[in-house]
Amino acid sequence: MTEMKNLVKSLADNYGRYHESLLPILQGVVEKKRFLSEEAMVEVAREIDISAAHVFGTASFYSFLNTSPMGEYVVRVCKTITCMMHGKNLIIQELEKQLKIKLGETSHDGKFTLLETNCLGQCHKGPAMLINDTPYTNLTPDKVRDIIQSLKQNDLVSNAATQVN
Amino acid sequence: MNNINLTIDHIEVSVQPETTLLEAAKKLKIKIPTLCYHEDLCVAGNCRVCVVEQVGADRLLPSCATPVSEGMEILTNSLKVRNARKSVIDLLVSEHRADCTRCYKSEGCELQHLSSEYLIGEDSFIDLVPLKEYTIDYFSPSIIKDDSKCIRCQRCVRTCDQLQDIGALTVAYKGEEMKVSSFFEKPMYEVVCTNCGQCVNRCPTGALIERNYIDEVWTAINNPKKHLVVQTAPAVRVALGEALGMEAGLVVTGKMVAALRRLGFDSVLDTDFTADLTIIEEGNELLQRLKGALVDKNPDVNLPMTTSCSPGWIKYIEHMYPEMLPNVSTAKSPQQMFGALVKTYYANKIKVEPENIVSVSVMPCTAKKYEANRPEMHASGYKDVDLVLTTRELAKMIQQAGIDFEALENEEFDSFMGTSSGAAVIFGATGGVMEAALRTAYEVVTGREVPFDGLNITPVRGMEEVKEATIKIEDTLPEWSFLEGAELKTCVAHGLANAKKVMDKVRSGEASYHFIEVMACPGGCLGGGGQPIPTNAEIRAQRSKAIYEEDAGKPIRKSHDNPEVIKLYEEFLKEPLGHKSHELLHTSYVERNRY
Ligand code: SF4
Ligand code: SF4
Ligand code: SF4
Ligand code: FES
Ligand code: FES
Repeated sequence: MTEMKNLVKSLADNYGRYHESLLPILQGVVEKKRFLSEEAMVEVAREIDISAAHVFGTASFYSFLNTSPMGEYVVRVCKTITCMMHGKNLIIQELEKQLKIKLGETSHDGKFTLLETNCLGQCHKGPAMLINDTPYTNLTPDKVRDIIQSLKQNDLVSNAATQVN
Repeated sequence: MNNINLTIDHIEVSVQPETTLLEAAKKLKIKIPTLCYHEDLCVAGNCRVCVVEQVGADRLLPSCATPVSEGMEILTNSLKVRNARKSVIDLLVSEHRADCTRCYKSEGCELQHLSSEYLIGEDSFIDLVPLKEYTIDYFSPSIIKDDSKCIRCQRCVRTCDQLQDIGALTVAYKGEEMKVSSFFEKPMYEVVCTNCGQCVNRCPTGALIERNYIDEVWTAINNPKKHLVVQTAPAVRVALGEALGMEAGLVVTGKMVAALRRLGFDSVLDTDFTADLTIIEEGNELLQRLKGALVDKNPDVNLPMTTSCSPGWIKYIEHMYPEMLPNVSTAKSPQQMFGALVKTYYANKIKVEPENIVSVSVMPCTAKKYEANRPEMHASGYKDVDLVLTTRELAKMIQQAGIDFEALENEEFDSFMGTSSGAAVIFGATGGVMEAALRTAYEVVTGREVPFDGLNITPVRGMEEVKEATIKIEDTLPEWSFLEGAELKTCVAHGLANAKKVMDKVRSGEASYHFIEVMACPGGCLGGGGQPIPTNAEIRAQRSKAIYEEDAGKPIRKSHDNPEVIKLYEEFLKEPLGHKSHELLHTSYVERNRY
C-alpha cells in the first residue's frame, strides 16, 4: 500500500466512511501533506465510495483545502470588504515585493505561497492576513516587511542550526 | 389522505398532498417555465425561473420546489412574476455566450426559447461574456462540454449522480467562479465519464452536446470512390420519428430505410443482424463458462457473466470495477461485430475493396462514438466503424436533405446483413438481450422453446430498476446433461446506478447470478444518450411498447433462426466461438483510473 493509501485509511478509520467524513479527512490530509494531490483525492474517493470529481468539487469550494502544492508558509491575505477598505492592496503589493512572487504563486525555494482569502473574522483589526495558522492584524507595509524578514531569518537560523548539527 | 384545494390563476384545483405547485399547474394545463427542473431528476430549485406569486405573500415561490397547501391562491402570470422571471433569464443570458445562430443546440435550446418568450432585448444587463474565461472541451469523440453555454442548472450533475451514480461531473469552486467540472477540470475523455450522454439528453442548453459527424458523413457520401454502408441500431427505429415531428412510440423502420437510401447510402443494413449474431456468440460463451465451472471445475472461469453490448457499461466497469472485467462477456457489441464483418466478409461479398468502404452506424447512443474509436476496434485491419451518428444526427440529416419523412413509403433493408429476428429488435429495451439470449440458450440446451407464452419472457421486461428471473432447466439434450435440473439465475439492470447496486451485491457475495444484463441507460438503448430530446418515463415507455410490438410481429423470433446468420456461419465463421469469431467478434478490456 502506498503511503497516501495508508494515511487516508487511517483518517477514515478515525472519522468514518460517510459523506460527512469527507471534510475532516481532507483536512487531515492537508495537515500532513500541505495540499490535496490528485492521488490523495482519488484515494479519499475510493475509501468512502464517492466520486473523485465530488471530492475535487468539495476541495475546490474551500480555500483552505489546497489543491496544488503549497509553500512551507502559506500567506493568505483577507480580500473581503473591510480589509479591502483598509488598504489590503498595498499589503499585497508589499508581499509581492518582499517574496518576489505574484498573488497565487509559490516562491522558487518552495518557502512561501501568496494567496487571498475571504474574511478572517478580524475585520475590526483589518487589514488582516494569516500565515499558516497564525493571524496577523492591523497590518501596514512596514509591518509586513518585518514579518516576512523574520520568517526568512528564522529559516536561516534553523538551517544554520541543522548544518551545525 | 384528503386532497388539497387551491386556486391557480383563479381556477380551482384539488390535488394530492405533496404535489408541487408546478405539477398542480400542469394538471390545469398551465405551463410554468422551468430550467433546473427535470422530470427524471430530484428537485434542485436553483434557477428560480419557475417562480409564482402567492396572493398575500411578499416573496415569490419556486413552483418546482413548493408543495401545495390548503387555500393557496397562486398567480403564475402576474406582473411581479413576469418581471422576476425576466430578470432571471436576463441575468443568465448576460453571462452566456449566446451565439444562437452558430450553436448546435439552437432550436432545441430551452434558454433560447425562454429568452425569446420573455423578449430579452439587447439593452438589458451588460454582457459579461468578454470578461470571463471559459473552457470548451471538444477532445472527446462523444461529448462536447462548452462552459460558455452553461447556466449552472446542474441537471447534468444530478443526472450523472442519480441516474448513473458516477459523479463524473461536480460543482466546483464557488460564487461567480462556480462551474460544472470534471475531476481537476480534466478533459471528459480522460475521466470516468462513460459517454452515456444522459446529461446531454437533459442539458437545457448547448453546454453539453454530442460531437456530431454530420459533415464527415456528407463528405463521404459525396465521394464517388467510396461505398457507403450504414447500419441502424434496434432502438433508432422506435424514436427517430419523434425528432421529425411524429408522436412517440411509432415504429418507423421502413421510412428510415427509405430515407437512408435517399440520403445516398449504398448499402442500407441492419445492426439487428449482428444483434442476432451477438446472441449466438454470447449465448455460447455463457454455456461454455457454465460448463467450465460446473463440469471442468475450472477455477479460472468467471461467473456471473455480464453482457458487453453497452459501451457505457464497459467504460464504467473499466473505471469502477476493474477486478470484475473477467466477468464481462468478450463478445463485441453488435455495432462492432457489424463493423468487423463489413470490411471483411461483406466487402468480399460485394467485391469492393475494404479501404473504399466507409462504414457508418446510426445509434441511439453517444458512447458508441467512443467505442468505435477504441484502438481495439480495428479487427478488419481498418477502422471497423468509421463514423457514428446518433438518432438525432440522422434526423438532422433528413431535414437537411429536405425529405418529407412522414410521406416516405416503407422500404426494406438490403440483404445480406439486413435480416433479423424479433430477438434482435428487443435489444433496444432493458431486459431484451437477456430475453433474446434465453430464447436461444434454452433451446440449445433442451431442444425446446423457452417455456413462456408466445416466447415472451415477461419477468425480464419492464422498467423496474433491477429485475431477477430464475429459469429451471429440465430434460436437457444429452450433451448438456450437466445442466439437468439447474436453475439459471439471471439479473437485469438498466441505468448505471442500478448496475452499481447489482455489482456491489455480487462483489460482496450477497447475490449470486449466472448471467447479468446491464444497459447503461435508463430503459436500455431506447433511452440512450443519442435519442431525441426530451426524454421522460412516459416517452421511454412508449418506445418500449413499440419495440415489443415490432418483436411480436416478426416472422422470426429467435436469433438462431435468422437465416442470414446461419449462412454467415456456414460460409465464413464456421462455428460460434471459433477461430474467425475470436479474431473478429471478440475483444478485450482495459483497466482505467478511478476518476
Ligand atoms: S445554448 Fe441556447 S441560448 Fe446559448 S447559444 Fe446555444 S441556442 Fe443560443
Ligand atoms: S455522459 Fe454519462 S457518464 Fe458522462 S458525464 Fe454525462 S451522464 Fe455522466
Ligand atoms: S452543462 Fe447543461 S445541464 Fe449542466 S449545469 Fe450547465 S446548462 Fe445545466
Ligand atoms: S474583512 Fe478582512 S477579516 Fe473580515
Ligand atoms: S425550475 Fe424551479 S427553481 Fe429551477
